[in-house]
Amino acid sequence: MSADDMLTTALAWQGEGRKLAIATVVQTWGSAPQPTGSQLVIDSEGNFLGSVSGGCVEGDVITEAVDIIASGKPKLLEFGVQDETAWRAGLACGGRIRIFVEPFEPA
Amino acid sequence: MQTDLAEGILTARAARRPVALLTWLATGEQRLVTPEDAGEFPALAAEIADGFRLDRSGTVASPDGEVFIRIFNPPLRLIIIGAVHAAQFLLPLGRMLGHDVTIVDPRTAFASEQRFPDANLVTEWPEDALAQIGIDRRTAIVALTHDPKIDDGALRLALESKAFYVGALGSSRTHAKRAERLAAMGVSADALARIHAPIGLDIGAQGPAEIALSVMAQLVAVLREKGLGPKG
Repeated sequence: MSADDMLTTALAWQGEGRKLAIATVVQTWGSAPQPTGSQLVIDSEGNFLGSVSGGCVEGDVITEAVDIIASGKPKLLEFGVQDETAWRAGLACGGRIRIFVEPFEPA
Repeated sequence: MQTDLAEGILTARAARRPVALLTWLATGEQRLVTPEDAGEFPALAAEIADGFRLDRSGTVASPDGEVFIRIFNPPLRLIIIGAVHAAQFLLPLGRMLGHDVTIVDPRTAFASEQRFPDANLVTEWPEDALAQIGIDRRTAIVALTHDPKIDDGALRLALESKAFYVGALGSSRTHAKRAERLAAMGVSADALARIHAPIGLDIGAQGPAEIALSVMAQLVAVLREKGLGPKG
């Protein structure tokens, strides 16, 4: 999905009264499955659209996003093979990525 | 992110205006800037300018902590001259690869809604259509009709423009004749060398779907500056 599709989706979901967060890949090292700028839109029920990896870390990002929707505070996440969570949510490709997760709110 | 920023980005995209979203990662503070506004952030101005030029988003260090610079250049645009069979495959493939696709063909029997449902179809002569569309450096133009009456005028305008990719379907022999005609119209040798012809990467494409794949593969290679020139 393109960046436009993600923002259009976020606005549409927000318009339906859903509580949302957006996750964005802000940095990658080595082999990473999605380029910088890739996004995931998540609602408070855990529904999501888009992709920030090949499916390796989406589960953890969604869990964090649901907390961030509740707290209203953005958070920077990092995933990689060196990570202690490697077996749970690591990148099999050997890369490392940082993902910024923020609430999506009315102005 | 606040909804007004998302709306601002989408408005800029629709108007083909470049913008960048700056996010201070420690605080989540955000600002939307145009290339002209970048000077308001002296510590980031050079990085923002590079981002626009290279179409590359990234995180940079600054005295105020790390900043993610997300570049939103105008969407890529693919203009297909000729509502031919290969165009029916180039349309969805081009869209999948992030291009706004427009199909230009004055022959309404070819450029019909039945053949191209949901497509942006322009049933005018390419010279008129291209002049109206306005070709910028985020635009690619491919001429597929084989018909000099339709392709030649489009190619002449494409070569005068900043289009990042110009390609024309047809064998080496067909292209040699085309080059002669364009030269007679006053197109310089340097400009003629910009035409990718025979069009597409040489993957031994058979049939319209594979031709579309080879064209889009070459187009992406040029966009990413892989230096894969027209095949010999």
